[in-house]
Amino acid sequence: MSSEQELEAVIGLEIHVQLSTRTKMFCGCELSFGDRANVHTCPICLAHPGVLPVPNRTAIEYALLIAAALECEVAPRSIFHRKNYFYPDSPKAYQISQYDVPIAGAGRLGDVRIHRAHLEEDAAKMVHVGHHRGRIQGSDDSLVDFNRGGTPLVEIVTEPDLRSGAQVREWGQLLRATIRQLGVSDVNMEEGSLRCDANVSVRPVGSDEFGTKTEMKNMNSFRFIERGIEAEVARQKELIASGGQVVQETLHFDPATGELHSLRSKEEAHDYRYMPEPDLVPVVPTRQMLDAAAAALPELPAERSQRYREELGVSEGAALKLSFDLEWAEFFEGVIAHHPEIEPRAAANWVTGEFAAELRKQGDQALGETVVTPDSLGALVRLVGSKRISHSSAKAVLAEMVADGADPLEVVEERGLEQISDSGELEKIVAQAIDENPAPAEQVRSGNEKAIGALVGAVMKATQGRADGGEVTRLLRRDLGL
Amino acid sequence: MIEREQVLHVARLSRLKLSEEEVAALEHELSSILDHVDRLTEIDVEGVEPTSHVVPLENVLRDDLPRPSLDRDRALEGAPDPHDGAFRVPSPQAEA
Amino acid sequence: MAEHELLAATATETAGLIADGVVSSDECLNAWLDRAAEDRLNGYLWKADRAAAMRGVDPDSGAPGAGVPVAVKDIFCTTGVPTTAGSRILEGYIPPYTSTALSRLSASGMPMIGKTNMDEFAMGSSNENSAYGPVLNPWDHGRVPGGSSGGSAAVVAGRLAPWALGTDTGGSIRQPAALCGIVGLKPTYGAISRYGMIAFASSLDQCGPLTRDVTDAALMLSRLQGRDEMDSTSVGIEGGVELPSAVDLNGLRFGIPADLIGEGLEAGVRKVFEQTTAAIERLGGSIESIALPHSDHGISAYYVLAPAEASTNLARYDGVRYGMRESEDDLVSMYEETRGAGFGPEVKRRIMLGTYALSSGYYEAYYGRAQRVRTMIVRDFDKAFGQVDFVVTPTSPTVAFGLGEKTGDPWTMYLNDLYTVPMSLAGIPAISIPAGTAGPAGGGPELPVGFQIAAPAFAEQSLLEAAFALEREIGFEQEPQEVER
Ligand SMILES: [Mg+2]
Ligand SMILES: [Zn+2]
Repeated sequence: MSSEQELEAVIGLEIHVQLSTRTKMFCGCELSFGDRANVHTCPICLAHPGVLPVPNRTAIEYALLIAAALECEVAPRSIFHRKNYFYPDSPKAYQISQYDVPIAGAGRLGDVRIHRAHLEEDAAKMVHVGHHRGRIQGSDDSLVDFNRGGTPLVEIVTEPDLRSGAQVREWGQLLRATIRQLGVSDVNMEEGSLRCDANVSVRPVGSDEFGTKTEMKNMNSFRFIERGIEAEVARQKELIASGGQVVQETLHFDPATGELHSLRSKEEAHDYRYMPEPDLVPVVPTRQMLDAAAAALPELPAERSQRYREELGVSEGAALKLSFDLEWAEFFEGVIAHHPEIEPRAAANWVTGEFAAELRKQGDQALGETVVTPDSLGALVRLVGSKRISHSSAKAVLAEMVADGADPLEVVEERGLEQISDSGELEKIVAQAIDENPAPAEQVRSGNEKAIGALVGAVMKATQGRADGGEVTRLLRRDLGL
Repeated sequence: MIEREQVLHVARLSRLKLSEEEVAALEHELSSILDHVDRLTEIDVEGVEPTSHVVPLENVLRDDLPRPSLDRDRALEGAPDPHDGAFRVPSPQAEA
Repeated sequence: MAEHELLAATATETAGLIADGVVSSDECLNAWLDRAAEDRLNGYLWKADRAAAMRGVDPDSGAPGAGVPVAVKDIFCTTGVPTTAGSRILEGYIPPYTSTALSRLSASGMPMIGKTNMDEFAMGSSNENSAYGPVLNPWDHGRVPGGSSGGSAAVVAGRLAPWALGTDTGGSIRQPAALCGIVGLKPTYGAISRYGMIAFASSLDQCGPLTRDVTDAALMLSRLQGRDEMDSTSVGIEGGVELPSAVDLNGLRFGIPADLIGEGLEAGVRKVFEQTTAAIERLGGSIESIALPHSDHGISAYYVLAPAEASTNLARYDGVRYGMRESEDDLVSMYEETRGAGFGPEVKRRIMLGTYALSSGYYEAYYGRAQRVRTMIVRDFDKAFGQVDFVVTPTSPTVAFGLGEKTGDPWTMYLNDLYTVPMSLAGIPAISIPAGTAGPAGGGPELPVGFQIAAPAFAEQSLLEAAFALEREIGFEQEPQEVER
């Protein structure tokens, strides 16, 4: 491979989503997070002799909902397999998973194709601790907590359609927002209810072959994933450029140092000895189950964002922000529902721009905590839209609204913030500003347009921000002969 | 025919420690059993579906309703090395 | 009533005596606990005291069979009672839950008198694979009782229990029943819940009764069967099971699979088989020749499928959560040494065989092919049952053989299951009834011979009716002579 050739990254993802059912995949133990170790266990999830699994109906329904959201082909008949491996987090020494006939096949989300999505059970949690009596030197112990063991998972596998860390982050956020809106998972990466592994390789641009890939495990935020992948792609490109070869291995990215570490590179090749799970019967989604999944499907982020842009004329940035978060979308829709006469584009900009910024500024409030209602925010946007108040006055009003729930109209009246609408009065103030600031006025006249800012500032000061900035500039330019 | 290397590989996959005598015996016994089993190749199974189940059931599912879990003491009662409410094992990280 | 009369009665008769107030359930339990205490066959691994026997039992259930104690193969998990599956690896294991089958018997008012010895994890046909020593055949203490439910068969035949619960994966109820001269029934796969029954080969395992006569088998089955929400593969028997009452076999067709009954069949066993088919004809049944062309491959398919399933079912015995643990040096040593020391030779052999059959590169050649052969065996039976009502064979090609006689060569031992394995693969019900006695090939005392009748899936009622009529006609009444060595 010539080192001159331009290389591109090829990235595929495997995402494990913990379903937020009440009970585990194959037993009646309740799901939990943060409870004392081993308080949610039973003979089944501890794999006592003689126990049998019985699948959770809701988990199957959630998987079908995910399949519908990802436009996957649903298998008319899927079966469970045993994936055999010895590890203390796997009490049966096999994981019940799906193998050659997963519940969901090919699908798509945004511009990334889905390869498959299947149901399986989560492993238990292990904590590594210091060494205890009777051990060979230097060896440690692990404590196994089976609370998490048996939690239902849907594993989503993409096609290798992603080309950069940034694209992985964006798409990952879309996937997370999509699944969150389905209400089937908390999709919290820090708590592990969404876990993402990435397979990364590089190849010459234009090639359709795949290079040797490395696997990046379990990164717990999309920011880290982005940085980790960028680092790995850079490493692979450099390696190839310097005539080296990528070795297939599993990598861990340390976000603190930005370094990549190889995990278990000497790991014995796995032989999972998959076999059909004889304790379970096939899952054959009925018409009723499929219809129920279709009916339960909410408007998903990708569709919502498209609708905001195309039907309401909302800017792309605002549309994305609103559609990724149902709470914000609902607030925005409340604004335009209460005030049909205002521009949705302006409303969306106010909601995602000044309003969001003000919430952050005043104690980092969540949307659910604010005293501002969609109706009152709409009233403010309307005041701006009809030019009754200036943009800068509106920001002052908004600050009061966020602080104590003030009514925007009352604030405007109390503080006399109504925009100067009498053009005769404004003309007088403009003329006065030119008189009082001869130096910048002269600079503008002699062609330095930038100097007009000082004059605009003087007018604004004189009007206490109640003048329309556009009108002020127009009058200044006219009077200075531009 | 099963070779000694295969016996050792399968023993490793099965996590079974075998003595020298056991390895030798298994090499012989597994070979002899597989010789008999290899008669299955005489049958034409082309186009025949595999049977992993004889029960004609599908969609046997459980409602998502909690059942009582075991008391933690009960869960740990028979554990070879219970510690601090958990099952203690030699750490896999200690593997060479 | 005299104790020997009580001990001579069948379970159904005993239940009648209790229901009629002739004997109290207490007296009955005491008499049988005393008998079990005299176990000279190594049939029991654990014996109950009164309190333990009555745990979870509803003595006033009024259910059929209430008050009649039952011996239970040590493969059924029982809360608070050691459960070993005949293995060292589960020594000291006390389950925190009880199997559905046993719960059903308890709910019917049947006390548990003890847990019976068995081949380790139900792998064996002679009971010589128990980690706790072999069980002796009550007819001749120098011979095996069959396996893997050898303890259950021996204690019933030796009058150490009125009846017993066993499990059958490839013949483990029927073959020991035949070798001990009692009745053993393997129901249709799915008729009885497998929950709490320690798994050997999940797609084949099914529990069932070992009893003195066909009526007792029907009675116990009627209490055991039923769908269980804890077992996804359980179905139950539609319409339930009633005590049989047929007196003839008029109009019923019995098929003999000619291709299965050939070499390896002991002359004495063949003779009893022929006498029994004659008895069928005397009762008005017809004998026809049928083809089960793939059944002689049953053993080969079985010895791929069952070990493969076993290899994964037994992977959980890893020294982490319960049972024994050897070595603490590092994780892999802990696994390997625990399992190396905990499992006996036959279990290791099958784990190795099964792991090999599932391993990368061999799956299709072994597991995949065996599953397809299984399909063909299922189809053979479907076709046969289009022609006849029942399929009949000897239960075992030989009478009880000597301890140690077949331990040298695994395949020779596996051939004991030649006639019972095809029905297991097809998941259909089959019963073994004592049909007479025969001298063993190498000479010796007369020993019982079993006759197997198989029926289509869930046709337990007609199977029991036919077996009942035939049992009466045969009139097998010999008792073990307890030849000691
Ligand atoms: Mg997975
Ligand atoms: Zn559980």
